[in-house]
Amino acid sequence: MDWMQIISAVALIMFIIVLYPAARDMMKNSQQVTSSDWLSIIAPMLAVALIVMFLAALV
Amino acid sequence: MNQNYSTVAQRSTSALATNKVLRNTYMLLSMTLLFSGFTAALSVFLNMPPMTYLISVIGGMVIAMFVLPRFADSTAGIGIVFLITGLLGFGLGPVLTMYASLPNGGNIITLSLGGTGVIFMGLSAYALATKKDFSFLGGFLMVGFLLVLLAAVANIFLQIPAMSLMISAVVIMIMSGFILYDTSRIIHGGETNYVLATIGLYMTIFNIFISLLQILGIMGNDD
Repeated sequence: MDWMQIISAVALIMFIIVLYPAARDMMKNSQQVTSSDWLSIIAPMLAVALIVMFLAALV
Repeated sequence: MNQNYSTVAQRSTSALATNKVLRNTYMLLSMTLLFSGFTAALSVFLNMPPMTYLISVIGGMVIAMFVLPRFADSTAGIGIVFLITGLLGFGLGPVLTMYASLPNGGNIITLSLGGTGVIFMGLSAYALATKKDFSFLGGFLMVGFLLVLLAAVANIFLQIPAMSLMISAVVIMIMSGFILYDTSRIIHGGETNYVLATIGLYMTIFNIFISLLQILGIMGNDD
């Protein structure tokens, strides 16, 4: 294990610790989600997945 | 009647303010992308060592999280955004050098760049056209992002290529969600500071580009 991997792991853990309170607050204060809300993100997410698969096929 | 005029006037003032934030965000975003492209080219030209990426990303994230919020309302904030994006671009240099040395490296870099552009513009256009409020995504995206960071920490030690591929794919989906969330926040007046809006969108573009490079690099490797 080289020192760059250790520094990467430490930096990511610090990043998680810093972001955790914000994530907890966002979850606490999140609004009720309806099925139409979820439907509205299915199409764009599917499109993103298709773009990635298309690009992978081109390589 | 007067009340109606007042309501209409308030709405149009709010719409103008939103348009101004959106216009300034996209203008600053395009300038910072050009600037980070320049610093990335400089880093490739100088043939910077691999540790440059790590140092630049850590430096950029520390400045973005602890310094930028203090100066976001002043003109110094614009300079700090250029510092962060320039630093992150400079860090990309060794990564681009590594991918360029692969047999089809040029193709991988071009496709990643094009794919990132298509994903960003497509999702921004979707959020702008539908005007849908995506604020409900915030909590899920943050928790998802933390979980993916935990998986990334585990994979630093485990070194499983399939897990690396999975993490990159999930990062692209989460960052795509953040593009919808951030753009919708600007449209609905949730984000009125174009400096913070720019850095948020820049980070999503940066992460999508890096993840696409990783996915296409693994998929394009015949070994």
